[in-house]
Amino acid sequence: MLKFDNISKIYKGNKAVDNFNLEVQDGEFICFIGTSGSGKTTTMRMINRMLTQTSGTITIDGKDIAKMDPVKLRRQIGYVIQNIGLMPHMTIRENITLVPKLLKWPEEKRNERAKEMIELVELPESYLDRYPSELSGGQQQRIGVVRALAADQDIILMDEPFGALDPITREALQDLVKDLQERLGKTFIFVTHDMDEALKLATRIVVMSEGKIVQADTPDNILKNPANKFVENLIGQDRLIQARPSITTVGQVMLANPVSITPGKSLVTAIRLMHDRRVDTLLVTDDAGILKGYIDIESLDYNFNTSSSVSDIMNKDIFYVKEDSLVRDTVERILKRGFKNVPVINKEGILVGIVTRATLVDIVYDALWGDENSAPHEEVSGTTTETANENNPSSTKEG
Amino acid sequence: MTSFLQEYGAMIISKLWEHIEISGMALFLGVVIAVPLGVLLTRLPKTASVVIAIASMLQTIPALALLAMMIPLFGIGKFPAVIALFVYSLLPILRNTYIGINGVDPVLKDAAKGMGMTNLQSIMQVELVMASQVIMSGIRLAATYVIAWATLASYIGAGGLGDMIFNGLNLYQPKLILGGTIPVILLALLVDFILGQVEKKLTPKTTRN
Repeated sequence: MLKFDNISKIYKGNKAVDNFNLEVQDGEFICFIGTSGSGKTTTMRMINRMLTQTSGTITIDGKDIAKMDPVKLRRQIGYVIQNIGLMPHMTIRENITLVPKLLKWPEEKRNERAKEMIELVELPESYLDRYPSELSGGQQQRIGVVRALAADQDIILMDEPFGALDPITREALQDLVKDLQERLGKTFIFVTHDMDEALKLATRIVVMSEGKIVQADTPDNILKNPANKFVENLIGQDRLIQARPSITTVGQVMLANPVSITPGKSLVTAIRLMHDRRVDTLLVTDDAGILKGYIDIESLDYNFNTSSSVSDIMNKDIFYVKEDSLVRDTVERILKRGFKNVPVINKEGILVGIVTRATLVDIVYDALWGDENSAPHEEVSGTTTETANENNPSSTKEG
Repeated sequence: MTSFLQEYGAMIISKLWEHIEISGMALFLGVVIAVPLGVLLTRLPKTASVVIAIASMLQTIPALALLAMMIPLFGIGKFPAVIALFVYSLLPILRNTYIGINGVDPVLKDAAKGMGMTNLQSIMQVELVMASQVIMSGIRLAATYVIAWATLASYIGAGGLGDMIFNGLNLYQPKLILGGTIPVILLALLVDFILGQVEKKLTPKTTRN
């Protein structure tokens, strides 16, 4: 457990952090969010003593960090910074195992860990011998993330780690971090100024302004009951609407029993299935039902004469969502990437359903008029009705 | 030419060796003292400006005057010459070390510290490596200065190729002057080339090729 007790930090007479109190339980994903100068980075950097508080105490599992050796403390805490900060003169392997090396792990164990870590972030093992300059920005930050995990650190600090990345890469890394946090059960302290990011990742969001906590609560509660105008502005109007279906999971809105096929089947079977079910895309699963990829009518048509089985033309690069992920996170992604449909899998990777663009119409529709008691916002309802009209003309009748 | 070499060859070799000895020792002292001092100064920014100002001032003392000033302090011979030349080598090495270390991307220093490197580990494993090119060019510059000015050291009895040059001047023997000057030039060029190779070796690899 990480505990802040009356923490203040004064910089040249200005209170950068003002009487900050917070208890973080193990395994929480905390996002500090606020405008620049709100003290969020300052607060985070006091945890690994990159900065020292003017007053107050920070304890980790009851131990006052001010009494620990700062070097030892930092080796126990993962640290990911915005500018990545990989050592340009060290290979990826050396970068990943930097802290284990400082902790004097034997070389064999370090090598093993490097392999585990690079697998964790879905990069090929051959990258271990490359230098950071030979990787893309997104790949570099993946390494930045595992560098913070390689020595089994329990607390990971992240200072706007994805701020400099393009939106698609950023999203992929957010997914990765969220997934790692869920799997590894570590405590994350994540600084961001992007509310989307905070809502997506955090189990608890700490909204800060002028060095003080404005609100600290779960994403859902922050969306539902913003403490004041400042939080509302930070969330933004659009999202207050999106907040309504926020607790709905993908599993609740998906269409069950999607059309799927196994890789061993012939292309003739595939085209018959498409014809019978009136679809242009088939999801490919193995015998156990685990999602493997998809085939669509274009690739089927193009390869019909040269290939014979589904596995030959299957596209393995498939975007999917998990059954228990929130609709709120999923909607935006589907819209942004322009997918026609997105398969839904459960925890074991088994295909359980599909979300189509028609499903999205239902969600937006419900968000606007599902709750009879509250009137929709005037200005927003105009634009949203337009979308509903385009996709599903019948909806206006009911509206 | 051949007769000149027959007559003075042995002398050139022995004076050249003396020359290498004096300038080598001065440069060695310079590196050993100025590099750590330069690193230390990056940790003490307030002291740094004062120390660098002093080193710059020492640099402006005419070489001959500095050598002469050594006599009351250390007498004559090799030792005072080495000290004087060492003083000259200080500034370029000190300044380049300071600039080089200060020029290391602060993100890397932050990362090194945040990962749990001690100050010394950060210096040895990150900062000196990243600054090696700048530091080496300071050392190369210092080497060229020291080799050139070591000729003047002959004035205070330190020996070296300066002996031949001054003998030539006193005896109106252009052969002797050239016999002393050309080896000095060649030595400076050769040392610069060797240090250039060392610099290449020290420059950190950042790609596989």
